[in-house]
Amino acid sequence: MPDPNATIWQTMQAKGYTRRDFLRFCSFAAGLAGIEATGLARVVHAFENKPRPPVVWLHFQECTCCSESFIRSSHPIVADIVLDKLSLDYTETLQAAAGHQAEKCLHDTITNYAGQYILLVEGSVPMKDDGVYCMIAGRSAEDILLKCAKDAAAVIAWGSCASNGCIQGASPNPTNATPIHKVIDKPVINVPGCPPIADVMTGVVTHILVFGRMPALDGQGRPKEFYGRRVHDTCYRRPYYDAGLFVEAWDDEKARKGYCLYKMGCRGPVTYNACSVTRWNNGVSYPIQSGHGCIGCSENGFWDNGPFYQHLASFPGFGIESTADTIGTVVGVGAAVGVTAHAIVTNIRKRKLISEHMDESVADQQAKGGGR
Amino acid sequence: MARIVVDPITRIEGHLRIEAVVENGRITEAYSSGTMVRGFEKILKGRDPRDAWAFTERACGVCTTVHALASVRTVEDALGITVPKNAELIRNLMCCAQYVQDHVVHFYHLHALDWVDVVSALSADPAATSQLAQSISRWPKSSPGYFADLQKRLQTFVASGQLGIFANGYWGHPQYKLPAEANLMAVAHYLEALEWQKEIVKVHTIFGGKNPHPNYLVGGVPCSINLDEVNAVNTERLNQVAKLITDAIAFVELVYLPDLLAIAGFYKDWAGIGGGLTNYLAYGEFPTRSYGQPDSFKFPRGAILNRNLNEVHEVNGRDKEEIKEYISHSWYSYKNGDGAGLHPWDGETEFNFTGPKPPFDQLNVEGKYSWLKTPRWREHAMEVGPLARMLVAYAKGVTEVKDIVNDTLGRLNVPVTALFSTLGRTAARGLETKLIAHWMQEFYDELLANVKAGETRTFTEERWDPATWPETCEGVGLTEAPRGALAHWIRIKDKKIDNYQLVVPSTWNASPKDHNGMRSAYEEALLGTPVANVDQPVEILRTIHSFDPCIACAVHLYDPAGRQVHQVKFY
Repeated sequence: MPDPNATIWQTMQAKGYTRRDFLRFCSFAAGLAGIEATGLARVVHAFENKPRPPVVWLHFQECTCCSESFIRSSHPIVADIVLDKLSLDYTETLQAAAGHQAEKCLHDTITNYAGQYILLVEGSVPMKDDGVYCMIAGRSAEDILLKCAKDAAAVIAWGSCASNGCIQGASPNPTNATPIHKVIDKPVINVPGCPPIADVMTGVVTHILVFGRMPALDGQGRPKEFYGRRVHDTCYRRPYYDAGLFVEAWDDEKARKGYCLYKMGCRGPVTYNACSVTRWNNGVSYPIQSGHGCIGCSENGFWDNGPFYQHLASFPGFGIESTADTIGTVVGVGAAVGVTAHAIVTNIRKRKLISEHMDESVADQQAKGGGR
Repeated sequence: MARIVVDPITRIEGHLRIEAVVENGRITEAYSSGTMVRGFEKILKGRDPRDAWAFTERACGVCTTVHALASVRTVEDALGITVPKNAELIRNLMCCAQYVQDHVVHFYHLHALDWVDVVSALSADPAATSQLAQSISRWPKSSPGYFADLQKRLQTFVASGQLGIFANGYWGHPQYKLPAEANLMAVAHYLEALEWQKEIVKVHTIFGGKNPHPNYLVGGVPCSINLDEVNAVNTERLNQVAKLITDAIAFVELVYLPDLLAIAGFYKDWAGIGGGLTNYLAYGEFPTRSYGQPDSFKFPRGAILNRNLNEVHEVNGRDKEEIKEYISHSWYSYKNGDGAGLHPWDGETEFNFTGPKPPFDQLNVEGKYSWLKTPRWREHAMEVGPLARMLVAYAKGVTEVKDIVNDTLGRLNVPVTALFSTLGRTAARGLETKLIAHWMQEFYDELLANVKAGETRTFTEERWDPATWPETCEGVGLTEAPRGALAHWIRIKDKKIDNYQLVVPSTWNASPKDHNGMRSAYEEALLGTPVANVDQPVEILRTIHSFDPCIACAVHLYDPAGRQVHQVKFY
């Protein structure tokens, strides 16, 4: 059993990581927190001496499906995460404390661990009418998010609500539900999906903790590790697509043979997610395997991309022969040009910032004579 | 006399706020407020009705799947579709799996810490814990070494100084009554339940592709059955479901129920607290023939008034005189004035926030104070949920229900009136979980028999094509979420959704007062609840959690002078 008293540095040592890996992790965390290079020593000191990384998990406009998904994780199992890997100091779904005792947990964490805690956000932020559509302890979601994000070492947006607004952001978006990367001026790792796959969620967190660096992100701030491929490209029904064998009606002979669901409205060709590789609930299945087309729940604005049972080919500007990148662009532009453009620009800017911090860290080590 | 603030209420889904008054150690008034709204009804307008299940399923990721079920039933009702028997059975299996998972998670992870003192478990004798565990159940994980290892892990955890989710609990509160050994056993099962709950949901993954939020289909279920195919529900998939059901029955019978009875035995005083409303409503669930034949349901449909178990009233979701929603204290406006009640087919969803702008310390409870509307059944405030389901079934003489309820009352040595309480609500949830786990086995056996007989249809094509739909039609889908009576209403016009309204269990239970000042279930149940320490109101959590809230709110109690003894602060 791992020693819960171990510091991050001790844990990494035990797993065979070098001092260099550790310092890269520290500089990554500092970079995300917006801490200047001169403050890096403070972060290194903290991570050498502080045990399990404190985590704050906020809930805004959401349905708690992300929390529910998180506790379905099989590798690692969630009990180990909660007891041994992280210190989940504030989470409305699971924490014992309520009311002002719960608020104190939040206050203590963001104060005592400034620059060190990981902020996880589930849900979107309603920006309309001073935020009266989501209030916690008499405060607006925006107010709480800004306070908690200020000194966070890393910010992760869980699910489509926090990443792109999801259902409450669907037309006509009655509360002006807003993804968190548009509310805070800080890099955000987007982990979309409604919800994301449990093992992807714990995978993102442990990637940061174990490898000491953030996962590579795509143009929408999503970890390429899990969102780098279209569901269609890795779908086990893909051979039927290539052979031109399609389900024509629900539960027809072709459905019973497991042919491709493309003609039934499957969004696999325009959806980037790990469903067909990692699969759901410890690898049991994924939507297409169980007979329903993909609804594209990890894509920006997917609720407004036309009815779910409408054949994709009728999307304006879409052709199945297009490359993945072209499809992404065309559908993105067709669906929500402003949102997508903003997200891409924002994330390119953030990636640059993060990448600069990483380079800086490596250069710093080389100057000190460290080597790979 | 004092005021207590509990904000946010944790271990629930969503954001809930209650403001109430405590005098002489008892609650004399309470206000329940939902403080988050997303506007599903507005978003659904103009959409394809066949997509509605996917939208409404996102109303909740905790009781995931039940909104999808209500939605497909609503659309099928409007279009006159009867789904094939296999589809009905698979829907039952998915719904049962939801109940079993959700109730176990509620008991251990959302409710148990109101009764179980985690810190006290540190001082338990593992050998005595083992004896206790073996005396109440033959669950194999019960050796002294097992509990000693767990205790060691807990001790290391606590010694780390980082208590994580257990930080700042009401540990050591005199209202915790369990011996240390029972506390240690409960903590062990807290962790085991966390592991087990991710197994049973695989029933959703097999038939619906994922959990949370499995896939549904108007006209049936999306999965096909084909014993000659690897790409369909085949023998291997069915065997996996069988194994999950067997394991579920074992966990519920050998862990959940023994724990529930053991813990309840120390808290019998709670059989006299938190009863609240005297009216109970259930729509019924688990068709054994088809959804269109409610007399075939495992849980019957009906309403009980004034705790009169000798009479069960008929309930009809289509009758515009029965269910109406009021907004006298809700942040909405109606076209023809706020005083009227609207049947959901005529329902309106127009935001009208008149509360204090955040940040604020208290709501204006004289005016509108919640994002929840207030539903009424024939003008009566009704409690919904496991207790309502069990009472309606008990009153209707359902043998299985009568047997298990009477047996439990006997074991705890409490009268039938003990059901009308916080403890009764929590016990009803456990008892129905046992029944439902066994019903899962029945539904599974029937599905297998159908397949064996060559019946494999899971979908009906009739009315899938919008060209076959009437110009306008209306439908209602009644179901029972784990938390209680759930229904959706739809009006379809020109192949699109013209109006869609959801009335969910927490709307019944957690709503603000109605146009007559009549309280709903949470507010009424809190009245008279003793509060030993206003700074640590564990009693409020016990009663509120006994409803298994599925909303976003928090609880505030104020003294009659309006002075806050306990200020909510955001740090």
